[in-house]
Amino acid sequence: MTLNIEQFLIVGALLFCLGLAVALSKRNAIGVLMGVEIMLNAVNLTLITFSRFGESARPITGPTFVVFVITVAAAEAAVALALAVSVYRNRDTVDVDRLNFLKS
Amino acid sequence: MEGFGVVLSFWVLAAVTLVSAGGVMVSRNLFHAVLFLITTFVGIAGFFVLLSADFIAMAQVIIYVGAIAVLVLFAILLTPHAGRDNGETRMLLPALLLSTCLGAVFIFVIVDADWRTISESPSVGVRELGSALLGTWALPFEIASVLLTAALVGAIMLVRSPEEEAEDALV
Amino acid sequence: MTLLVFLASKNWYDIRDLSNISRVILEGLDRFLPSGIVYVVAVLLGFVASFLIFVLPSQLIVGVYGERKIIGRMQSRLGPNRVGPKGLLQPIADAIKLMQKEALTPKFADKAVMWVAPIIFVAPCVLLFAVIPFGPNMIIADIPVALLYFLAVSSIPVLAAFMAGWSANNKYSLYGAMRIVAMTISYEVPLVMALMGVVLFTGTLSLQEMVLWQKSNDIWVVFLQPLAFAIYFICVSAELNRTPTDIAEAESEIVAGYLTEYSGMKWGLFYGMDIGYAIAASAFAATVFLGGWSFFGLDKYIPPWAIFIAKTHLFYFLFIWTRGTLPRLRLDQLMTFAWKFMLPVALINLVVVATERMLWQELTDGKLTQGYLYLFAIVNIAMAVAIVYAWARMLGYSPKDETPMRPRLFNDARGYVPVVSEKGGR
Repeated sequence: MTLNIEQFLIVGALLFCLGLAVALSKRNAIGVLMGVEIMLNAVNLTLITFSRFGESARPITGPTFVVFVITVAAAEAAVALALAVSVYRNRDTVDVDRLNFLKS
Repeated sequence: MEGFGVVLSFWVLAAVTLVSAGGVMVSRNLFHAVLFLITTFVGIAGFFVLLSADFIAMAQVIIYVGAIAVLVLFAILLTPHAGRDNGETRMLLPALLLSTCLGAVFIFVIVDADWRTISESPSVGVRELGSALLGTWALPFEIASVLLTAALVGAIMLVRSPEEEAEDALV
Repeated sequence: MTLLVFLASKNWYDIRDLSNISRVILEGLDRFLPSGIVYVVAVLLGFVASFLIFVLPSQLIVGVYGERKIIGRMQSRLGPNRVGPKGLLQPIADAIKLMQKEALTPKFADKAVMWVAPIIFVAPCVLLFAVIPFGPNMIIADIPVALLYFLAVSSIPVLAAFMAGWSANNKYSLYGAMRIVAMTISYEVPLVMALMGVVLFTGTLSLQEMVLWQKSNDIWVVFLQPLAFAIYFICVSAELNRTPTDIAEAESEIVAGYLTEYSGMKWGLFYGMDIGYAIAASAFAATVFLGGWSFFGLDKYIPPWAIFIAKTHLFYFLFIWTRGTLPRLRLDQLMTFAWKFMLPVALINLVVVATERMLWQELTDGKLTQGYLYLFAIVNIAMAVAIVYAWARMLGYSPKDETPMRPRLFNDARGYVPVVSEKGGR
């Protein structure tokens, strides 16, 4: 009836792999972004797990890192969605299979 | 961490989070996928509370659920003729294969490693986080604010229509 | 924080501290039940005590009946007066009417999402009352980040409203949903900044500690930071979609906004939680700004939960008052107001408050005595008026353009006719 570090880390790893599968296989660009957000959340979970269970001289480093990851994720989501909307306005699609304009 | 309540809440949260992430993958409607994404975020916030990082849990709900999910919903609304069916590319099978192999490697390492853990949580509260962000990590903090400003300006610039740019041009 | 000496005893019949009753019940049950289940009972008891006993009657009596009666009197008409003696059974009649209506679902709407949206709308309102202190020991969950919890939980019903509007497969609902989301996320930012100014002074995010700070320093935050109170009031009334900012369900504009396809008790849940969230926001404001359950020493004799309930309803009366007085603003006026006025004013407020906090630290060598707070209160009241006036002038608002013409009537053979003078009649 106890929880170890391994259980949290396995949840984080499974979440990361699910996010990776979503990011690599979705056709809609916004779906890809959703996969990236799941991966970042899994990383946050792993960081906080280590901050709680690992021995460290300065245990505040874990939550600080997570604050920065959340900030960067928010900025990246904003720019990625702005890109998706802009691409939609120019090409009328956000299908990543059809965005192959660099192909000769 | 022991106690019946703690273990029960861990398993419930793990089930909710993983099933919701699976729902993002398999749901046939893009809007339902976003709702499953929101449930995933809330599940992760629950995990943070379980791991005694309550400030990060609240920040997660405010930023991810309150702002990023809304942003994703707006982007879906602004792309009306895009594919709302949440389909997959041809790379579905390689993606699944890769994520399965990666998951297997992760789980092997996690189970096999010898973790030196401490049993009681270190006291990290909002006060220590504040002094860390403005003390030791002041430079990344300032750079993060510059990054957010750049992202804000960039996002607005990317979605301006040519008429709006023409009327704001300097020349 | 300084310890407080509270004269309420530990007896179960001392109603000044209702936690005695719950403690006696829970300890009694702990002997019968297996270990651990008593926590579930504690949660249920907390839910019953805070939501069912406090919020639901407040919602029905004050929110439905009181609001309609007071708005009616403000608009020179009687409110509801048919249903019971002086119309007091009106909320019950409303509830019965809604329960016996058919809850229609359109054919092409998204049934699962439409069914889930009212649930996600109701749940955060109940959750909000878990962190609000009704008395010195009467708080269900005294978490150290209670203020952030409030902000986090109050950003969830926005998503529920969006889900409701989107799932109805109706373009009016979608318009309402988009407007409500745009407005809410715009007004969240000045709200957070105003609250951060308060946190700078009280030094804690926990609501019970804030009440204890106000009690030990003998000052209410509304006197210390009136600009933060005004910003909180405007932003929270925008988040709750109350007039003058209720473009989300503007009945004359977009049918009923995101609630168009809802009928029966589903709509009743949305409407009830509209009032419920207003009461939650009032309770939060009463805790943070108006001093919570403390009243300059009187809370040793009067039950503190009665003081708290009175303050909540006082703040709710401010909501009713604005609703009866002001007309509805347009969406672009609201957005301009949020981004061009509220956000800079909140930023200036935060800078001023931070400077004062640093001055407080320096002038008292870290001991943070109470006398300077009164000085800061006077300075802050003056600066609130000055900042609002100066920023409004800087944005180009000048009161001369906005004064409506006074009608001048001239007694003619046709009766009273308006005088139209060439200069404009001001």
